[in-house]
Amino acid sequence: MKNSHSLLLFVVLVAGLALVPVLGSRALVQDLFMVLCLLVLALNWNMLAGFAGLVSVGQQAFVGIGGYAMFAAVILGGLDPLAGVLIGGVVAMVLSVPVAFFAFRLNGAYFAIGTWAVADIARLGFGQWKALGGGTGTSLPKGAARDMIGADAVKEMLGISAAAATDAMTYWLALALVAVMMLASWLFLRSRMGLGLQAVRDNPVAARSVGVDPLRLKALVFLLTAFGTGICGGLIFIQIGRISPDAAFSLLDWTAFVIFIVVIGGIGTLPGPVIGVLVFYGLEQLLADYGTVYLIVLGCLGIAIMLFARRGLWGAFIERTGFDPLPLGHAAPRPGA
Amino acid sequence: MAILSLQGVSKSFGALKVTDDVSFSLEPGEALGIIGPNGAGKSTLFNLITGNLRPDAGLVRLDGRDVTGETPMQRCASGIGRSFQIPQPFDHLSVYENLLVAARFGGAMTAAEAPAACMDVLARTGLAHLADRKAGGLPLLNRKRLELARAMATKPRVILLDEIAGGLTDAECGELVATIRAIHSEGTAIIWIEHVLHALTSVVTRLMVLNFGKMLMIGAPEEVMAAREVREIYLGLDA
Repeated sequence: MKNSHSLLLFVVLVAGLALVPVLGSRALVQDLFMVLCLLVLALNWNMLAGFAGLVSVGQQAFVGIGGYAMFAAVILGGLDPLAGVLIGGVVAMVLSVPVAFFAFRLNGAYFAIGTWAVADIARLGFGQWKALGGGTGTSLPKGAARDMIGADAVKEMLGISAAAATDAMTYWLALALVAVMMLASWLFLRSRMGLGLQAVRDNPVAARSVGVDPLRLKALVFLLTAFGTGICGGLIFIQIGRISPDAAFSLLDWTAFVIFIVVIGGIGTLPGPVIGVLVFYGLEQLLADYGTVYLIVLGCLGIAIMLFARRGLWGAFIERTGFDPLPLGHAAPRPGA
Repeated sequence: MAILSLQGVSKSFGALKVTDDVSFSLEPGEALGIIGPNGAGKSTLFNLITGNLRPDAGLVRLDGRDVTGETPMQRCASGIGRSFQIPQPFDHLSVYENLLVAARFGGAMTAAEAPAACMDVLARTGLAHLADRKAGGLPLLNRKRLELARAMATKPRVILLDEIAGGLTDAECGELVATIRAIHSEGTAIIWIEHVLHALTSVVTRLMVLNFGKMLMIGAPEEVMAAREVREIYLGLDA
């Protein structure tokens, strides 16, 4: 399959998903919104762990920071929630600089623990912010989300309630974020820097000796994924409408599930997170009535895949079939071509 | 002016002095061989030249410029290429991509010029037919060729070869030597650590002997090989 075919399929899928708020129920829109947000987080985490070798267990820090920055922009700054989302991304990226400064001194498992500790410090720190409700958190002012730029137009256009229009807006933004993240990841990985990053992942010492600066590339990915994760955090908490330190900095919701999604889907592959999030959502729907059994099944599936298909479902698929519709590689030029 | 020079370079790992006051200089286009018993500090000397290690004392100069504080990336960009004793391919990248990384980063080539340059190097090192194969699965000879090819792709002015002929058959070794000689004849300076003496002496014009981190001798290959102390230490002959 040529790249143009992949791109066409991608556009058709995105366009199809964009129609959900027009045709589907509000519950479905809300469900899929969460799925899309998890996918954004998964794409970001996959870039970090799968391509830059930065196995962070603290990405919930940037979800929380993004969420809190958005709340601060709306409640304290009186800004539009959408501006707040952007501010959330920027603040997360700015704060990722000092985090990187400390965490990059650590390697492997120590890096994972270090990022986790940072995220917990952030959770406790934001719990001290009295203007945003301290430890118990706070809600978005009534109507803030409904008065969001564009929400009125959506309401008129689709003839739906203001609340449904807000859901549709956040859904489309999440979808746009997924599309942008996927395209940006693909372009980045196929670029000179992406090639260097893959070399660093394979062998940092050899990479340095051919002129690749591992620290610079890793820092760049860390900063950019903090931005993506922060934006996603802002968006999630517009939809939820309420924030508290425990919800915003939840290891389980924003990192553990995300790691599960990437690992079962295929770490270090671009389609991996998409496959992973589909499996995750499918299982959630299938086992919704069984309570905690759901988590047990999820855990067992994760273990099985780590044991028997180390590169996840997508990795196993490529290995079996040799068919890779989204190659990140650079084919050698044919002689005479 | 010397392209590369070391002046009083020393390095210790704990109490062990692995490089002890080494000084020499390399002229542009020269080929220097380094021999010495295992543990003499040969690979450490390479790591000091490439910047993978910082010396405890002494200076490393490139074109007369002090580069002692520079990173391996900077020194690669300034023209030092190296191959590792144990091949270090980028396993999940193809053979061609292994070179492409080197050409785009160390060789500072544009996206337009890199592909042809890489294919040229692959052809010269006998790897062209393996261009799209993953580097992780290559057998030893091709891994050694890839080490050489990847170093060449950075467009080095000095290329450091670390036991690149080790573990190869005579025929394989001969092929590699021919490639190295071709690189040398184009004006690239070479420093070559090797135990396979006949391969080494067929290329180099000067030979250095290292023992316990110290430079024991440096000079014309036949002179060095004839010296009694070299025969004693390196070849293990009784006095």
